[in-house]
Amino acid sequence: MPIGCSVSRSDSGRRLPDVTKAPFDHIVTRHGATVLRVCRAILDPHEAQDAWSETFLAALRGYPELPDGANIEAWLVTIAHRKAIDITRKRTRSPIPVDDPPEGASTVGIPGQQQIWADVADLPTRQRQAVAYHYLAGLPHRDVAEIIGGTTDAARRAAADGIKNLRIRAREENGVRS
Amino acid sequence: MIDIDPTTADVLAPLYDTDPATLSRLRDSLVGAAADAGLLDIAYRTLDTPIGSLLLASTEQGLVRVAFDREDHDLVLVALAQSISPRILLSPARLDGVARQLSEYFAGQRKSFDVPLDFRLSSGFRRSVLAHLPEIAYGQTESYAQVAAATGNPRAVRAVGSACATNPLPVVVPCHRVVRSDGSYGQYRGGEEAKRSLLTLESAA
Repeated sequence: MPIGCSVSRSDSGRRLPDVTKAPFDHIVTRHGATVLRVCRAILDPHEAQDAWSETFLAALRGYPELPDGANIEAWLVTIAHRKAIDITRKRTRSPIPVDDPPEGASTVGIPGQQQIWADVADLPTRQRQAVAYHYLAGLPHRDVAEIIGGTTDAARRAAADGIKNLRIRAREENGVRS
Repeated sequence: MIDIDPTTADVLAPLYDTDPATLSRLRDSLVGAAADAGLLDIAYRTLDTPIGSLLLASTEQGLVRVAFDREDHDLVLVALAQSISPRILLSPARLDGVARQLSEYFAGQRKSFDVPLDFRLSSGFRRSVLAHLPEIAYGQTESYAQVAAATGNPRAVRAVGSACATNPLPVVVPCHRVVRSDGSYGQYRGGEEAKRSLLTLESAA
């Protein structure tokens, strides 16, 4: 598990004492949205919310034993990564029919914004994970490499290739639409 | 935080949107799942009252802490994380009962509280002082010396003072009913003004 020495940022702009462990509620407030984005990027929409819930429940369970000063965001992303693997395995082992709306039939959100999620889902797994953990969770490539395996350079390349592919897709789609 | 160049940021921008309603629903269900799994060590909420916002915190045993605005609720939660458990979640439902009783009290419609209390933040002599306080009737007061005598330590007047000043459950455990022998209010965790308000409320009802 990647444990840094950094103290997590506070969205409220307020700093809590560095050495003490923050109430878990502060962790959910600070990192809830990021973990949801990450889950959404590495899983199908209907699985992302389950992954979020399982991630925070597991985090709550292990929180008292987490060393003081641990990098909370890297810790949460590591848990989310494992939960996503469990969920994906379960899905491939026993494919359960799900009421998934047909592609492109979504009536919520701006069409272009739905498309980007689909583009992320189409990326090769490692690129998808590297984009999520580096660009959406803000983890350095070194931490991403510890989570997905391989070298730091490989993690950096996977993130860069992922972004390149997303850009190409976005250009194509813009071309189609205009 | 990592640096993202502008063109990459453009591509990624839509991915940063998260629906606040979804997040709020997920948080609610996390509280339920945590309670079911026995992982909700401390539930808390705040309550607006005539003496300011009160923080109410409860363990599975009962109400463990009532804190005034001036104590800084965030710091109180950090202290609870250290002294009891960091498994703390905002969970108004578990505190509905005590919140309702406090609202009735501040409306002058309730004279005593009937909620389970967790006295773990207080020990020894201080705890025996707190145990005596509910015997002081609504609208009545006792001096620090009288309380010392009632707890079997007539010379422990100063210790009674510090027991009251560090009462983890103010308002519910009525340390505000203990005043100086000369009739002045004496120190109070919520400030002298809050103590005056509570005694005025009780004498009016």
